[in-house]
Amino acid sequence: MSKFKKKKGGELPAISTASLPDIVFMLLFFFMVATVMRDNTLMVTNTLPAADQIKKLDKKDRVIYIYAGKPSARYQDKYGDQPRIQLNDKFSVVSDVGAYVLAERATKREELQNVLTTALKVDGETNMGLISDIKQELRKVNALKINYTTRIGDYTQNY
Amino acid sequence: MARKSPEVNAGSMADIAFLLLIFFLVTTTIETDSGINRKLPPMEEVIDPPIIKERNIFTVVVNKNNDILVEEKLMDLRDVREAAVKFLDNGGGIGEEACDYCKGEKDKSSSDNPDKAIISLKNDRETDYKVYISVQNELVAAYNQLRDREFMAIYPNERMTYVEADKVYSDPRTSPKVKALLKPKLAVLKKMYPQKLSEAEPSKTNN
Repeated sequence: MSKFKKKKGGELPAISTASLPDIVFMLLFFFMVATVMRDNTLMVTNTLPAADQIKKLDKKDRVIYIYAGKPSARYQDKYGDQPRIQLNDKFSVVSDVGAYVLAERATKREELQNVLTTALKVDGETNMGLISDIKQELRKVNALKINYTTRIGDYTQNY
Repeated sequence: MARKSPEVNAGSMADIAFLLLIFFLVTTTIETDSGINRKLPPMEEVIDPPIIKERNIFTVVVNKNNDILVEEKLMDLRDVREAAVKFLDNGGGIGEEACDYCKGEKDKSSSDNPDKAIISLKNDRETDYKVYISVQNELVAAYNQLRDREFMAIYPNERMTYVEADKVYSDPRTSPKVKALLKPKLAVLKKMYPQKLSEAEPSKTNN
């Protein structure tokens, strides 16, 4: 009798699926790390203008966001097509900006309250009048550091 | 009865998953916002505004038709950067106000020195935001161009431009030691070409 008996049939043994959970976990962790939570649902069109002399806004906990632009298509019936300001999740008027900035500032840690930047994410098609009004409101509440958030690109892309 | 097909070996699945994981880890950049930083003037009215000589002010107006008027003359956006550089780097001052590092034309009717030179940007309420940002971008570029030039002239050993050095400085991954070395150098340049860009309140022009 041969010691190396040929196994019957040509079938391979079933493959262990024990490592499957590891793989799934790994993918899970990857997405957990790489995902950026979006805190605001955009209700305005937001095609940012392009610029190349820009600085990064690195620390997210030091930034207050203000969005502005034309309401998105599904809100146009209700809110019209004139550019509007969006604060958090709702459309706002210019006079709300000051209160919003103060409220946001109050939620930040005390040592950060003096170094906050207000990021203006404004659609390229907006008139400067609205932005000037926002800037006046920001000056009233002494939120003087602003950042015109842009896309990275040459200015010729704006035409 | 149909022949049983052999099961596929899935033992290398983990390796494939690892590969994918590493690939994505390396290539993904978590999106960070970037833009042009500006500082608004405080609300308090200046009671006694300093008198600034006309030649030290470079007026840029963007009107409601998105035309760019530099020193009251219509100009293409392409030429704004160059015109601003020429104005800032003019160095027409004499005596105490002389500018020994300026390479401009020393024109008597343009700015005395970069410390005195002010760019005043004015817009209409109906100006498009994207045009305004383009002009802002070009004006900041003019400052950066001059700072780059002087930075490379003073600190050739750094082997980078002012903008690159500033990027390294503001990167949170840079070690405190490198930051401490860069900070005074950047400050020198900021003092040589201070960014005096005033954003006037918009007008409701009729033209």
